[in-house]
Amino acid sequence: MPIDRDADIVAARQKGRELASRCGFPTTDLAVIATAISELARNIVRYALHGEIVLKLVEENGRRGIEVVASDDGPGIPDLTRAMQDGYSTSGSLGLGLPGTRRLMDDFEIASDFGKGTEVTVRRWKR
Amino acid sequence: MQVPILKQGAYLIATVQSALTDDDLKQLRDTLVVSVSKVRSRGVIVDVTALDVIDSFATRTLRDVAHMIRLRGAETVIVGIQPEVAFSMVKLGLSLEGIATSLDLEEGLAYLDRKGKRSGPEVGDQR
Amino acid sequence: MPTNSQDFATLTEPRLETTASRLRELVAHLRQQRAQLREEWARLITEAQLLTAMTKEEIFAEATSVYDNYVEALETGTYEALQAYARNLSERIIPRGVETHEVVGIVLLLRDVLARSLFAKYQGDFNKLNRILDAYEPAANRIAGTVAVGFVQERERIIREQQEAIRELSTPVLQVRERLLILPIIGVIDPQRTRQLTEQLLRGIRTNRAKVVVLDITGVPYIDSPVANHLVQTVEAARLLGANVIVTGLSPEIAQTLVNIGVDLGKMNTVGDLQGGIEEAERLLGYKVVPIQEPATAHPA
Repeated sequence: MPIDRDADIVAARQKGRELASRCGFPTTDLAVIATAISELARNIVRYALHGEIVLKLVEENGRRGIEVVASDDGPGIPDLTRAMQDGYSTSGSLGLGLPGTRRLMDDFEIASDFGKGTEVTVRRWKR
Repeated sequence: MQVPILKQGAYLIATVQSALTDDDLKQLRDTLVVSVSKVRSRGVIVDVTALDVIDSFATRTLRDVAHMIRLRGAETVIVGIQPEVAFSMVKLGLSLEGIATSLDLEEGLAYLDRKGKRSGPEVGDQR
Repeated sequence: MPTNSQDFATLTEPRLETTASRLRELVAHLRQQRAQLREEWARLITEAQLLTAMTKEEIFAEATSVYDNYVEALETGTYEALQAYARNLSERIIPRGVETHEVVGIVLLLRDVLARSLFAKYQGDFNKLNRILDAYEPAANRIAGTVAVGFVQERERIIREQQEAIRELSTPVLQVRERLLILPIIGVIDPQRTRQLTEQLLRGIRTNRAKVVVLDITGVPYIDSPVANHLVQTVEAARLLGANVIVTGLSPEIAQTLVNIGVDLGKMNTVGDLQGGIEEAERLLGYKVVPIQEPATAHPA
């Protein structure tokens, strides 16, 4: 799904919710997945010209899950370690929201380099 | 997507009907702030029952709304956060600290009534 | 010389035969020998003292299905049907107490019984035997793997279901007064349980329109940081639903864990014991519900 504008964020998470629902995820997980997609999509809109989100149902070792790959052509993240640190305070200056997104999902992978764009892959498995 | 805002006595009630884009949220914020001054409202209820995702941007906007409305001497209550949404929010690390939250519209109105009787037109207490 | 031409013939044969045709040939043989081989196999199972949880009749009945499915998988070269059968079989025999090593054992025994039968048939022609085995062995090994994996996966699924059921039983959400929920937690909490706890609590708040929740952890000896984090998140989530959470029964150890992960205990509403917590809850509720003119509900002195 292309992510270029504001409205695409809502579209992406609704699609994600649909897909997860078809896979049989319970209600709580649907909200979790939709929220994670929303955060990832928002990063794309905010920091890149455009990007895309690919949603996929996956299977591994007998368990089923949903995979979200968010990639963009933005400036990239030069210091990944710092970006993954929890900079949350109650005033909520949230930066990229990556640590939070990692908490929401089961698997989290990120590849990014200065000037080369970013790709974040997250997965959630059905319990 | 316009969010309908009703006046009920001294209160304004904004009922979100469906998923809101970032622009919708900003528009809601601005409209509420203007309306509060215009009708000299004492309290605002934002009913988010229909929201299936509240992410970092939505949280920040709601916080801005409450803050700005408080500057105009009125109290904000967010009502109707769904269990799954609340779960995702705390997992993401989002906090609505300092803002009153209630289960639903009825509770929200009761809260505003109580506050009105007890503390009068002063800055609301932090939970 | 006859031997030469025979040798020549056997040398060119591989180019004429294919794995599929070899499989067809050996499958035909196995089907023909079905009765004897099945009995031989059942006998070996008993001898090896496998499937002791089942009766002879049951073993025979299952043996027939397994045999047929096995041969069918050899013939078709596809394993979906076998996988489905393996899961189905596992679902039936796991509650009977059949263990993984037994299932793997009987499948390997069958593999050997069939292999021996092939040896016996083709022992006169060494090259042919080799080619037959070339076709048989990979397929047989794959079958053994498929059945074993199917069994293990089914076992794991059943265990997960049981654990879920146990968890649900052990975290009750009690409504004792209007608007007041009590959540007593007993025993060690693991991450799975905390998640379920949170879901049950939040749902309970909504159903019961609770304004105060007393979370009693008197019965919890200790928690680790991830679980402590999750507990804090639960309290925050409850607040988003408009409910006040009072945590009671905090042991010094748990209090320390919470402080270690950065929780400001001053901000969390904690009371020493459950009774105190309930009283505090009633006070909170009473204060909000009772009109100002009437006296607040008297506490049982």
